[in-house]
Amino acid sequence: MSHLTDLPSWAAIPVCMLLLLGAAMTLIGSIGLIRLPSFYDRLHAPTIATSGGTVLICLASMLCFAVLQSRWIFHELLIIFFITVTTPVTLMLLGQAALYRNRLEKPRDVPQTPGRPSKEDSQ
Amino acid sequence: MRAWFPYPLLSTALVLMWLLLNQSVALGTLLVGLVLSMVLAWVAVKLRPTRSHLNRLRRIASFGLRVSIDILRSNIAVAGIILGTRGQPVRSGFVSVDFDVEDENALALLACILTATPGTAWLEYDRRKKKLLFHILDLENEIAWRRTLDRYEAALKEIFQ
Repeated sequence: MSHLTDLPSWAAIPVCMLLLLGAAMTLIGSIGLIRLPSFYDRLHAPTIATSGGTVLICLASMLCFAVLQSRWIFHELLIIFFITVTTPVTLMLLGQAALYRNRLEKPRDVPQTPGRPSKEDSQ
Repeated sequence: MRAWFPYPLLSTALVLMWLLLNQSVALGTLLVGLVLSMVLAWVAVKLRPTRSHLNRLRRIASFGLRVSIDILRSNIAVAGIILGTRGQPVRSGFVSVDFDVEDENALALLACILTATPGTAWLEYDRRKKKLLFHILDLENEIAWRRTLDRYEAALKEIFQ
């Protein structure tokens, strides 16, 4: 494993760009969590970090270490895959909990489901 | 073959993951990966996951490409909304569409896609009425999202039959 200073400049520039862009996307996602007004709006903000931010940062990492070790690196694809597969679990849980509560408390603000949810729906 | 690998797709994915983790395609790694994927697939049989059949590999590739482009565009749009480049507050709201896909794995895939797209958030799917409820950040694009969902429905139906 060599040091980061060994990275040639033709690779360093795209790595920096990707890293900065990814970090900026993640920051924007976090700002959105503060700025957006309602709970459902805030559900959207972190997904910027998990889709755009993660992909860009992982691409930067892949490029950087592929150049440094002069071979292809694919670990980061697994990170992208598992983050994409696991985020819906949390977000759906949060969304459904909010929906359930709002239907009881403020039924006018949220769409109602006609009929009670059956057992298979909650699977 | 079925007895050894009850879930061929799962086993393939596991072998691929093992090779990715080890960063090598040496014979030893490959063998360990094969054994692992076999054992884990047998474990998965006990969990009884729903089986689905994928077909039309070329369709999958074009679908993946289209989804990636949609996600990219949505990323940029939502980043713009959060930074307030439009000057006025954004109108968000719920959208309900008819979505007639039976396959559980197809629905799971759609949930991943909708969640990974920053402009949309999956909320609920009613299986009896076949209605999908989701939330979008920018109601001005409502018609565009409805059209996108229709395209996804057609593609998923074709891929998962």
